[in-house]
Amino acid sequence: MLNRASTYLYQRPKLILALLLGPPMIYMLVVYLGSLFALLVNSFYAIDGFTGQIVRKFTLSTYAQIFSIANREIFFRTAGMAAAVTVVDALLAFPLAYYIAKFSSPRIKTWLLIAVTLPLWSSYLVRVYAWKLILAKEGILSWFINLLQLDGLLNWLLSIESIGGSSLAISPLGMFIVFIYIWLPYMIIPIQTSLERVPKSLLEASSDLGAKPLQTFRTVILPLAFPGVVAGSIFTFSLTLGDFIIPLAIGNSKFFIGQAVYSYQGTGGNVPLAAAMTMGPVVIMVIYLLIARRLGAFDAL
Amino acid sequence: MTNPSTPAIRFDQVSRYFGEVKAVDHVELEIGDGEFFSMLGPSGSGKTTCLRMIAGFDTPTSGQIYLYGQDVSNLPPYERSVNTVFQDYALFPHMTVGDNIAYGLMIKKVSKPEQKKRVAEMLELVKLSGFAGRKPSQLSGGQRQRVALARALINHPKVLLLDEPLGALDLKLRQQMQVELKSIQQRVGITFIFVTHDQEEALTMSDRIAVFNEGKIIQIGSPAEIYEKPASPFVASFVGTSNLVSGEAAKRITGSEQMFSIRPEKIHLGSENSAADKDMISVDGVVRDVVYLGLFTRYLVEIEGGTDLVVVEQNLKTTSMDVLSVRGQKVRLHWHKDHISRVGG
Repeated sequence: MLNRASTYLYQRPKLILALLLGPPMIYMLVVYLGSLFALLVNSFYAIDGFTGQIVRKFTLSTYAQIFSIANREIFFRTAGMAAAVTVVDALLAFPLAYYIAKFSSPRIKTWLLIAVTLPLWSSYLVRVYAWKLILAKEGILSWFINLLQLDGLLNWLLSIESIGGSSLAISPLGMFIVFIYIWLPYMIIPIQTSLERVPKSLLEASSDLGAKPLQTFRTVILPLAFPGVVAGSIFTFSLTLGDFIIPLAIGNSKFFIGQAVYSYQGTGGNVPLAAAMTMGPVVIMVIYLLIARRLGAFDAL
Repeated sequence: MTNPSTPAIRFDQVSRYFGEVKAVDHVELEIGDGEFFSMLGPSGSGKTTCLRMIAGFDTPTSGQIYLYGQDVSNLPPYERSVNTVFQDYALFPHMTVGDNIAYGLMIKKVSKPEQKKRVAEMLELVKLSGFAGRKPSQLSGGQRQRVALARALINHPKVLLLDEPLGALDLKLRQQMQVELKSIQQRVGITFIFVTHDQEEALTMSDRIAVFNEGKIIQIGSPAEIYEKPASPFVASFVGTSNLVSGEAAKRITGSEQMFSIRPEKIHLGSENSAADKDMISVDGVVRDVVYLGLFTRYLVEIEGGTDLVVVEQNLKTTSMDVLSVRGQKVRLHWHKDHISRVGG
């Protein structure tokens, strides 16, 4: 019976393909693209200011609200944070990824990769709240800064209006630190993957042809690892763009996109505005991905 | 030969250990200026490690390596006037063929017009004119090999190292490249050090060959010396095919039990009781097996004393029917006494 079924399937490769791809494709189309489409439709509705009911009629008035000064600020704040987090993550991740890919012994490599991915095994929420404790006024970081006698520097940073706050645990600076920590593995892994695929002989060839280590890095390693950096930046940038937990937990009263969406559709009950706000990051990411594809980032995934 | 007194490369008691493994074990070696020198041996024999130490990718555990009299044992690769053609070519995939070849000049900050001129010369030398704008991924294996050669030669190295560069090519292309490499070497006059496990390749191209085994050089000599007068059973069996005769059979032939080797093509297959000149050695035997190979025929002959000898004869007049009918017949083998080589052991 089983034998006949195998033979039947073996002779019909297209049926196998349909069976294998069918379920995920249906899921992608209905659940993923379907909900995205629902979002798009909703963003063209508006809310009746008086009754609070959604008026199901095509209008661009919701999009007009996005360009209010308050909402524009939210966009710039979020995109700025996402860009800064991406740059710092790339700078932090590269040396570690380089070490893992090119210098570590197989044993150490395994341990380092486990260490990099280990935080992902525990809940994101737990880690964010753990950081809230670390960053708190009486937290371990303050204690450490005190030990280094850098209180003055910290207080000065916290006094800067755009990044500071009453303590690191309630400030854009603190958010920045937590974002960097939370998304770092997503930057390390793609860079490590892309470096892993650079044969050692290429580095030897460069050195053989007279290039000093720094020249080799600039002319061979960096160009070949760049797709990996771009791939990693897609993760760090988009994840920061859409996150609302960290701004909620660590941030101050100034909203990020995710928070705005969360409050508009929740307490505000303004689903159309929330939907329109969501389309912002979607558009930004589509543009980002198109650029990334041109830079060859998807070869490194 | 600019200065024949200073060797291009000299190894002074060079060893390289990887933990307990003696990859290279007290190697003494001199390679002359302008020589085409081959390092031949099975994988793991230490030949590639020797090459990597000359290039600077590896440093000796003990001993010194001299490049034209200068001790380079601990110099990094970028401070040695030595260039390498890698086994996997190691072309930079993100650069064009032209940029790959110009890489060494770009690093040395040679002016752009000069770079362009020399790249064009190199492309012509390796017969790839017009390919400067392509990416390595658009080239065939043989073409990549030429680019790797051009990229190394453009720097006018004192010594060019070639690490099994023909290994990945098919037979026809490999034979063609062997001839071409040799002619390029003669034109540029640079010392070539060629690492290979292919004995035919080494015999075809080299001025001299060093046969490596287990981290040591077993024999150094011209291709003819290596082939005709192997110094050990290992060389005799690794370079070409050879009949090794020892013990009782050897005693009957030479009067001594000491092992000797005789090449299959040096043996003449005569009929039973056939006569021979006075300097010839004659041995009686029985043909055990015959393999017809078109160009020649290989016979397996069991001689008195119980040893099998391989005999190869060209099919000058014979056909497959003729040679196959010899199976099982009694024959007499003849060879010139100078053609045996005592290999000790």
